[in-house]
Amino acid sequence: MSEHIVPVRIYVIIFAVLVVGTALTVVAAFYDFPWQLNTIIALTIATTKATFVVLYFMHVRYSTRLIWVIVASALFWMAILFALTFSDYNTRGWIPSAY
Amino acid sequence: MRPIEYYEPPIPSKVNYINAQYGLKSWLLTKDHKRIALLYLGSITFFFFIGGIYALMIRLELLTPQGDFLQSATYNKVFTQHGIIMIFFFLIPSIPATLGNFLVPMMIGAKDLAFPRINLLSWYIYLLGGVITIYALLAGGVDTGWTFYTPFSTTFSNSYVVATGLGIFINGFSSILTGLNFIVTIHTMRAPGMTWFRLPLFIWSHYATSLIMILGTPVIAITVLLLAFERVARVGIFDPALGGDPILFQHLFWFYSHPAVYIMVLPSMGVVSELIANFSRKNIFGYSFVAFSSLAIAVFGFLVWGHHLFVTSQSVYAGMIFSFLSFAVAIPSAIKVFNWTATLYKSSISYDTPMLYGLGFIGLFTVGGMTGLFLASLAVDVHLSDTYFVVAHFHYIMVGGALMGYLGGLHYWWPKISGRMYPEGWGRFSALVIFVGFNLTFLPQFVAGYLGMPRRYHAYPPEFQVFNVLSTAGASILGFGMLIPAIYFVWSMRYGKRAEANPWHLPGLEWRTPSPPPTENFAVTPIVTWEAYEFAPPEETQVVGKFGPELEQI
Amino acid sequence: MADVINSHATTSEAHHHRALQHHFENMEQQREAGTLGMWVFLVTEIMFFGGMFLAYTLYRSKYPAAFASASNHLDITLGAVNTGVLILSSFTMAMSVYFTQVGKRRPQILCLVLTLVLGLTFLGIKGVEYHSKYVDHLIPGHLIPSSPFLENEAQAREHGLHLLEGASLKQVELFYWIYFAMTGMHALHMIIGAGLLTFLLIYSIKGRFDPEYHSPVEVIGLYWHFVDIVWIFLFPLLYLLGRHLEHGG
Repeated sequence: MSEHIVPVRIYVIIFAVLVVGTALTVVAAFYDFPWQLNTIIALTIATTKATFVVLYFMHVRYSTRLIWVIVASALFWMAILFALTFSDYNTRGWIPSAY
Repeated sequence: MRPIEYYEPPIPSKVNYINAQYGLKSWLLTKDHKRIALLYLGSITFFFFIGGIYALMIRLELLTPQGDFLQSATYNKVFTQHGIIMIFFFLIPSIPATLGNFLVPMMIGAKDLAFPRINLLSWYIYLLGGVITIYALLAGGVDTGWTFYTPFSTTFSNSYVVATGLGIFINGFSSILTGLNFIVTIHTMRAPGMTWFRLPLFIWSHYATSLIMILGTPVIAITVLLLAFERVARVGIFDPALGGDPILFQHLFWFYSHPAVYIMVLPSMGVVSELIANFSRKNIFGYSFVAFSSLAIAVFGFLVWGHHLFVTSQSVYAGMIFSFLSFAVAIPSAIKVFNWTATLYKSSISYDTPMLYGLGFIGLFTVGGMTGLFLASLAVDVHLSDTYFVVAHFHYIMVGGALMGYLGGLHYWWPKISGRMYPEGWGRFSALVIFVGFNLTFLPQFVAGYLGMPRRYHAYPPEFQVFNVLSTAGASILGFGMLIPAIYFVWSMRYGKRAEANPWHLPGLEWRTPSPPPTENFAVTPIVTWEAYEFAPPEETQVVGKFGPELEQI
Repeated sequence: MADVINSHATTSEAHHHRALQHHFENMEQQREAGTLGMWVFLVTEIMFFGGMFLAYTLYRSKYPAAFASASNHLDITLGAVNTGVLILSSFTMAMSVYFTQVGKRRPQILCLVLTLVLGLTFLGIKGVEYHSKYVDHLIPGHLIPSSPFLENEAQAREHGLHLLEGASLKQVELFYWIYFAMTGMHALHMIIGAGLLTFLLIYSIKGRFDPEYHSPVEVIGLYWHFVDIVWIFLFPLLYLLGRHLEHGG
């Protein structure tokens, strides 16, 4: 059987990381960082947590390249949706309209 | 290169997938992808005729400039429902669910799709979505246009938006499950030796289509759901009173609905690749270009949706980006057209019915595609948007393109599917009638739209009448032309000439099974050692079609 | 006949696992197809939630004050606890897969039960939160006719909602619309997940899974982790976005 069995201690470590990340993000939320840093920090922590879940709990670290490509594609497609939609919203009003 | 005449025909067997088991239950609970394809064929044809009746009503109304046949509110419902039925219940499932379901396992040398029960489930989900939508139509219909633009659909329309939306939402799952099945099957169940670049181009295009189904359909699902919630809650995220933006709906809607048109046309292109190569008995020119262009269309198709929003409050800068990308998406399609044409050059063409449809596709799709480029130009679109030019453009692609490919494929693989030949003479006749009728219907609409006739209007200024009369005349011819295959396909199931395993004498893997095939497709898993379109050298070629070998001596 | 060779000659018929489906050549192919199938399905789920994340991002960037005000009224303790509950359930789910891989049936079933219980706990806490929204007139529009959304600032203050500078009640309603849509959809997926876990539990107790065949456990595990990931993003985006603007934390 070609399946890779992830050792238990990895799962425990990842679990601990996730709990720490959650605590961190709650604490950081109450501190008023300059500019947009609050959002950036929160999203960075969330993305890190999600990455660990994907790599270890969902075994992507030990999976075939096809699975990596699939995960990357989904994220890329979300990026397309966001980027092109915001290309509209962020540039509205740049050219004064006739109305 | 392996001449096909060296291939020994499969051992004929009395048991095939059709007569393997009798009884309604064996069909309704089947796991056989071929039977499921037939189930889909029946239901899709049913919805096609309903959509066609709506089309007939539209064309009857538009015979005269006054709105004298239908009230405007009713007319709104008619064109809305024509669009919804044709797009969601005919065009999107048509080729993938019938020809795709039937042929994908056979072309890759597998016994079935990866998830046969999910395949059956997708058909039931399709039916459920269809039943709910039909209920909505019968209960009073929906009048928002198939595009469901807010705030009319959320706040002001008094029609069955939620029920129709629910039907479409459920139908979307059918699409997703089909696409999922194809992707997994093509990745994991190819026969030994069937490398990616030995796959028929039909498979490549179905793979690309499945990618679009997977990535796009969920977005329309959430959009329709949010629309329904908004209608029920009577306030929502598209509501300007709360600070919502109705254009957000259009962004979300078209993010799927533009790639959806590639769901409709890519499988047809896959069929056309098969038709062109096989009926000119020549390997497709630029195989890898055609294969990669299918993937390119799938990817690029997701980058252009804003061209439906050019005349909204979408920013002009975004409009410029989308316009440029819309030009770019034409390139892979054009690559295919060039490659098909190059395949035809110095080849041995036989003008059987499937080939007539294939050639028709190339011409009509080119017209449709080029008129799409006119619409992709920002300034031109300001004038052409919401006119009949747009209507003509997309009907050239959908009917002249997708439907032609569907009919061509049905004819081409009919011997394999049913074990019978359709009557060739009637086939060619109806192909020509359809071609003539189609062009008479939609060519005048380009002119009418360019001259300013708006779409979705049941009454129009008298100067447009001549175009509408021509169009309706064409529609009658088109309708008549499409009835003929409906009749002779059914006729052929009982009275058609029995087909041999490989009636067209072609190298494809699907032709190496009996006609009709047994339930498990291949008695032993084939081991593939040949390329996709390997034809015998000319001196060993048999002439296919109506004109037999005796004419060779002339 | 050279093309078509009997490829079954080398496969021993007696070796076929009872769970091998007829259209697959071997268990390895079946497992690969199952895993790939679930991943493709998860892609559709990512795009599905993506649409709502888009709406959230758009309106948050347009109405930052209203979104912060609305978010601050959410119960951060319950939200954080729920996050912990889900993360723990992901851990127990992963452990359940592990135990199936090594053939330890009892711990596997125990971990499945724990995952299910934690999932139901999450839903229970969500129910408590939704109830408090109902009490505070924060359900948008006229969804609940007897409890329409807050109508004026005085009523808002009464229910503990403090409006920051530049926030309007209508925009706050927009936030709650998105809140209910996203957490509601997430909760629906949890409910489906709970149903799937129940099936897994029944089959596990019946002894259907072994180290050679446990694809359903793995595949439903993937689904469960995905639902966890959605919440990992929902929590900071919905609950934490305005806390730094709260005076007195």
